[in-house]
Amino acid sequence: MTALSRRSVLGGALVLGFSTACAGSADAQVQAGAPALPGSLRTAPFLDSWIRMDAQGAVTIATGKAELGQGLRTALLQIAADELRLPMAALRLTTADTALTANEGYTSGSHSMKDSGTAIRHAAAQLRALLVGAASERLGVPAAQLTVRDGSVVAPSGQSVPYAGLVAAAAQHVQAAPQSTFLPPSLIGRPIQRLDIPGKVTGAAAYVQDMRLPGMLHARVVRPSGIGATLAALDAGPVERMPGVVAVVRDGNFLAVVAEREFQAMQAMQALSVAAQWTPGPAVPKPDFAALRAQPSEDTAIVDRRTPGVGIFGAGRSMEASYTRAYQAHASIGPSCALAQFAEGRLTVWTHTQGVFPDRSAIAEMMRMPPDRVRLIHVEGAGCYGHNGADDAAADAALIARALPGKPVRVQWTREQEHLWEPLGPAMATDARATLDPSGAIVDWDYAVRSNTHSTRPGPAGALLAARLVAQPFPVPKPTAIPQPEGGGDRNAIPLYDFASMRVMHHFVPHMPLRVSALRSLGAYMNVFSIESFMDELALAAKADPVEFRLRHLKEARARDVVTLAAEKFGWTPGQAAPPVEGMSRGYGFAFAQYKNLAAYCALATEVEVDRRTGRTRLVRATAAVDSGQAINPDGIRNQIEGAILQSMSWTLIEAVTVGDQGVTSADWASYPILRMNGLPDRIDVHVIDRPGAPFLGTGETGQGPTAAALGNAIANATGKRLRDLPLTPEKIKAALAV
Amino acid sequence: MIALQVNGRTHEVDDDPATPLLYVLRDTLGLNAAKFGCGLGQCGSCTVMVDNEAVFSCLTPITVLEGREITTLEGLGTVDKPGPMQTAFIAEQAAQCGYCIPGMMMRAQALLQSEPNATEAQIKATLQPNLCRCGTHMRIVKAVQHAATLMQQERKI
Repeated sequence: MTALSRRSVLGGALVLGFSTACAGSADAQVQAGAPALPGSLRTAPFLDSWIRMDAQGAVTIATGKAELGQGLRTALLQIAADELRLPMAALRLTTADTALTANEGYTSGSHSMKDSGTAIRHAAAQLRALLVGAASERLGVPAAQLTVRDGSVVAPSGQSVPYAGLVAAAAQHVQAAPQSTFLPPSLIGRPIQRLDIPGKVTGAAAYVQDMRLPGMLHARVVRPSGIGATLAALDAGPVERMPGVVAVVRDGNFLAVVAEREFQAMQAMQALSVAAQWTPGPAVPKPDFAALRAQPSEDTAIVDRRTPGVGIFGAGRSMEASYTRAYQAHASIGPSCALAQFAEGRLTVWTHTQGVFPDRSAIAEMMRMPPDRVRLIHVEGAGCYGHNGADDAAADAALIARALPGKPVRVQWTREQEHLWEPLGPAMATDARATLDPSGAIVDWDYAVRSNTHSTRPGPAGALLAARLVAQPFPVPKPTAIPQPEGGGDRNAIPLYDFASMRVMHHFVPHMPLRVSALRSLGAYMNVFSIESFMDELALAAKADPVEFRLRHLKEARARDVVTLAAEKFGWTPGQAAPPVEGMSRGYGFAFAQYKNLAAYCALATEVEVDRRTGRTRLVRATAAVDSGQAINPDGIRNQIEGAILQSMSWTLIEAVTVGDQGVTSADWASYPILRMNGLPDRIDVHVIDRPGAPFLGTGETGQGPTAAALGNAIANATGKRLRDLPLTPEKIKAALAV
Repeated sequence: MIALQVNGRTHEVDDDPATPLLYVLRDTLGLNAAKFGCGLGQCGSCTVMVDNEAVFSCLTPITVLEGREITTLEGLGTVDKPGPMQTAFIAEQAAQCGYCIPGMMMRAQALLQSEPNATEAQIKATLQPNLCRCGTHMRIVKAVQHAATLMQQERKI
């Protein structure tokens, strides 16, 4: 047994230690033959990994997931407070910290509510049961007759015992049971206001960027002139003599400067950039889709239910189409930042990584330190939308802090560094082929997606930029594909529709001309765009209404419900024609997907106007219906779906990374424009279907794909032109209209 | 030394006069709200008010700010006593990650001080320099309209 009630002082407050046993440790072994535990209890099965009540009855919840701006803190506290019948304000929450919380891997894939929310709900319910059990013994009243209210267990006689009086009798370091009794929801399902917003709108310290540790120094990195460039010459002397400069840190091609004040660090960084002479690396091949298609690939049929005699093997009307997607960026508003302190052989890093445990493994390996000497603490950054510069900035901070033992060091990336060095969302190409029978039903479907990996996240040190730059560099890990059922490039490549004959191929392309990784929804964005665009093309060929055509092929009740609700709330009518506006073409589009075919359902109807003169598209309005299972916070779901629609609209209409022979060239908001206020729709309506009692499905990524397709379909409806190459820019639309 | 008036208080700072206001606010004065986003005047995360006008604090050296009234988000209210702009953003839940929000609020504040009856179109046009990556725009516009109503009610009282 390990020490399970460590205490540590963090930010002046006393924080209770948690049982952080991981799967595989002696502590974590679940009895053989026991039923699987729900959510992340599977890998951290002890109740006190998730929830602890101290002798005064104060409750602390711990999650291995991180707040990324998605409202995780509020939702998790709603869940825990509900099962304990305590006010949310009475609960404390510790988020991802390698010293204090369970290892829940990455906060990604819309998994937080499903994994952590489920674990915390069970842990809270089971802690309540322990308290009720203790009260039952104390009062001599059967547990079934006891209720909980306002932090006490209450008997039918009115006699009550506060939780604090029972906690000593309720052993909390126990393995969770596979099933719990939940109370009827009173906080779950309500649009509780986010707990973090008041601080964020009044200037409270909310982000890692806002941390100021005593004696903290400011660092800036200087990146190579391009991919693979090496440092040929550097006279750091003049920079070292600049005001406030404490050190120039160099390790191979890793270069940084540290100063007392932030502006001094910025000035020194500029001087150091000028002083550093780089030998360029080999030219980066111009990324184009012909090159992507020409690369060797590892080919897998992720579904093969081809039926001889139908479709391509039989009679019917066959159609085919190919779609492409440019490299796109996370483009966080706040460039990456991290703090690190190296003292007495221990390293602490404060980071906005999505995965403190895997990032710790990578940093420890890079530093050649045992992982238990390295602690990573998640502190919020600006929204990341996937694997951006966060982990790399954490590694930068660690390397620099080691050069200045004892001193806390804060590294802040520049805008240019974030844009040029973040891992991109991969370029992709898809090919779809289908056969319609004379009745207008799709009888055969053959689809292929070709893509690089969608995760090069840490784990291995070589995943970190800094680890590739140091004098003894770590090799870039061999890229791998994320397997089905979640998938990476092939995420959502399998349509949810019911076709008699179907094959879906994943052509995984290991060779990466540019560094790529997870961008919100991974391959689902492109696959849903492709599938739902093609469904529209097929509907048109079958002379069917696009919504009716989808329902014709959709059996699952919850899928049909979101499609039907989105269409109804939008006022979708077969044969609808948008009122003409001078110089504009207006049109309607529809799309649907269940994220990963196993998470939230989302259907979306859009109205767009296309300026025939400029080719510019504007979303006029969007109506979405979403089913995320049991809704924990419906306003949180709406906020995330509204955000998904606007962000995906920005990707879909304007965003593409530009590349030169030294790497990415889109270095700022002028060369990589994103949505601004002048691109807003008139309205967005999000309708949440609550499914009380159903599992939590998560929400964060479900809107990305349907938005892209609903926009493409609306543009086709408005203009009569089908665009298949993302982004659907004014230039491409103008060119299509000119034909 | 340069004397800066921030949120109604005078601060003597010894930073290099060329230092952009943003770094003095954040590092010397310990104020969190103004954010570093680009340092290029392209995203608006650093927006504060100088004499009631919205400015990019990342581009404005402190040497030009002596004798001028600087207002940051911290100057609009506190968690316990939020101002109308803050009350409105909380009521509309107009944030996801929230990083861009202080800049949005300060530019909106400057607009509503000079144009208390600003229309939706004016609000959108005014906020054009400020970027949001989470896609919270609809709520931001709604919150500014809400703030305008609250400010008008305050004036009537």
